Amino acid sequence: MNIGIGGWVAVVVASIVGGFMMLTSGWERPPIDSTQTGYRGLGMEILTNPRTEREVKAANQLPEVIPTAEPGGPLAREVYENVPVLGHLTECQFLRVMTAITEWVSPEQGCNYCHVEENLADDSPYTKRVSRRMLQMTAHTNLNWQKHVAQTGVTCYTCHRGQPVPAEIWFTEPGPVAAMGPVGYRAGQNIAAAAVGSTSLPFDPFSTFLKNDTDIRVIPTHVLPRRDEGATIQQTEATYALMMHFSGSMGENCTFCHNSRSFFDWDQSTPQRTTAWYGIRMVRDLNLDYLVPLTADFPPHRLGPLGDVAKINCNTCHNNVNKPLLGAPMLKDYPELNKAKLKY
Amino acid sequence: MAEYQNIFTRVQVRSPVYPGVPLPRGSWGRLGKPNFSYLLGVIGDAQVGPIYLGWFGMASLICGFIAIEIIGLNMWASVNWDPIQFVRQLPWLALEPPSPAYGLSLPPLAEGGWWLMAGFFLTASILLWWIRTYRRALDLGMGTHVAWAFASAIWLYLVLGFIRPLLMGSWSEAVPFGIFPHLDWTAAFSIRYGNLFYNPFHALSIVFLYGSTLLFAMHGATILAVGRFGGEREVEQIVDRGTALERAALFWRWTMGFNATMESIHRWAWWFAVLTTLTGGIGILLTGTVVDNWYLWAIKHDFAPMYPQTMPPAIDPALVPGGVR
Repeated sequence: MNIGIGGWVAVVVASIVGGFMMLTSGWERPPIDSTQTGYRGLGMEILTNPRTEREVKAANQLPEVIPTAEPGGPLAREVYENVPVLGHLTECQFLRVMTAITEWVSPEQGCNYCHVEENLADDSPYTKRVSRRMLQMTAHTNLNWQKHVAQTGVTCYTCHRGQPVPAEIWFTEPGPVAAMGPVGYRAGQNIAAAAVGSTSLPFDPFSTFLKNDTDIRVIPTHVLPRRDEGATIQQTEATYALMMHFSGSMGENCTFCHNSRSFFDWDQSTPQRTTAWYGIRMVRDLNLDYLVPLTADFPPHRLGPLGDVAKINCNTCHNNVNKPLLGAPMLKDYPELNKAKLKY
Repeated sequence: MAEYQNIFTRVQVRSPVYPGVPLPRGSWGRLGKPNFSYLLGVIGDAQVGPIYLGWFGMASLICGFIAIEIIGLNMWASVNWDPIQFVRQLPWLALEPPSPAYGLSLPPLAEGGWWLMAGFFLTASILLWWIRTYRRALDLGMGTHVAWAFASAIWLYLVLGFIRPLLMGSWSEAVPFGIFPHLDWTAAFSIRYGNLFYNPFHALSIVFLYGSTLLFAMHGATILAVGRFGGEREVEQIVDRGTALERAALFWRWTMGFNATMESIHRWAWWFAVLTTLTGGIGILLTGTVVDNWYLWAIKHDFAPMYPQTMPPAIDPALVPGGVR
């Protein structure tokens, strides 16, 4: 068959493009389904790929529900020593929580990942002290951050997924080593950073926004410039970097929350933007009140390159899905972890 | 007869090498011994050289070399002189302008000083090259249309990297030197100023940009289509009936009732190209200096429509009294 020069050019171009698609990450083959979510012509749509949906479903399977505790019986604090956080549960409920933590957090390592075998009340393993704080964090989240987690709530499994350290955590990023001397200024950006979707945007939006309370809003709400007011391009890039993290963590594009014609305008945004707003505050609150104070408890090998503790971001729970575990209301099976349901 | 009906030129004109018309007195000599290249002949004239470099050409190349060196070496230094990382990360690397804290003052070399220096040399190089395009045209007895078209592009470059930062009072407003970083800058710039698509000069610039490609396609296609009648020899045919030229003109007259002439089609192309960067530069110049949010500007002046909200609008939690801050 003679396909002619034009045909050969097409073949070469197609192979180059196809090769790039196969050799570089992040490509998905079409067709991608799109669902319109806004008024016509605005590009407000949700994109889904029926082929990756199967993988997403498989990656977000819930563990089997642990049999519920039989009602009644003595309280944990009457049976066990040193149970300040869960002492109000019945013994059966307490044991159910312990079983759950083992299954969700240290399935391979077992009970002794946190406990000294001879004396279960011993607080010397750092993992035990951290776990206690994490139980308080879970209860705090389910009680005080319902504007973000709603009634779905969170359990240990939302983040841990069978691993002692959740897969998606962050440390303050020192950035690449620069050369000696007054050269190579990078202004905290310009490296292919996974945290910001392999863009060259600022590579540590987490310290800026999820630990420090930096203003995210960079778009003016007035028409004309005002003297000594207004965000810089650099601040805008930082916000943009955070938004890239959101997008990646949710597996959604900008229009999941925003009308991209006018990113700042709440009247044109989707209700999800409000949920995300509370999410930012929640993550910052949990990082500052629960994780950072644990820095001294962790052994050095659990700390980041700059000696800071592992912290959470959106993806710690979300794992690239707009609702963690595809929105499965796992908490309702574990009232022990729900301070709102179980008064204590 | 040889035809021009392919993506490349199938006819190669070979003559004895020709140095070009005589140069005015006081000019430098032309450099290089001319020769022929088959491969270059496939896409253009097969004769390569001689080149006229001159004082401005030399100065421009030297300045350009210095600018590229400063940018490239700083990129390389940013990955600690690692050659593999330099190649891997090259599209991500950049030489960044100083931080906003420095305003228009001279920053230390390590924090944007190199950016200023690279910008100076790159600008010098570009302006010297502009002088060169102007003087080469004069020495050939041509008009200076190429130089003025180039000046339009230089206008946009200067607005982005020099004039607007001066008006904003900060070098940090300027564009970094880098492949992806300058694209991220562009996106951030649009977001910061409330969506540049609502900037009418940006809109004009896009019209002329896309219009240029349309005109280019129409003209290129028309001339190639009459190549079988010798259409590339436009000027010889301009006064006769039935020539390639007349067919080209008739094609458009019959298609859309109106046709440009062999002269005016180039005027169309020139103005579309020139206006792309001219209007673009005006749009950038007004951004942040005169207008802070183009979307709100467009709403205020009925330039942008409002669309019905089809879902319950989000509530700005920062405005909820007594709520989380």
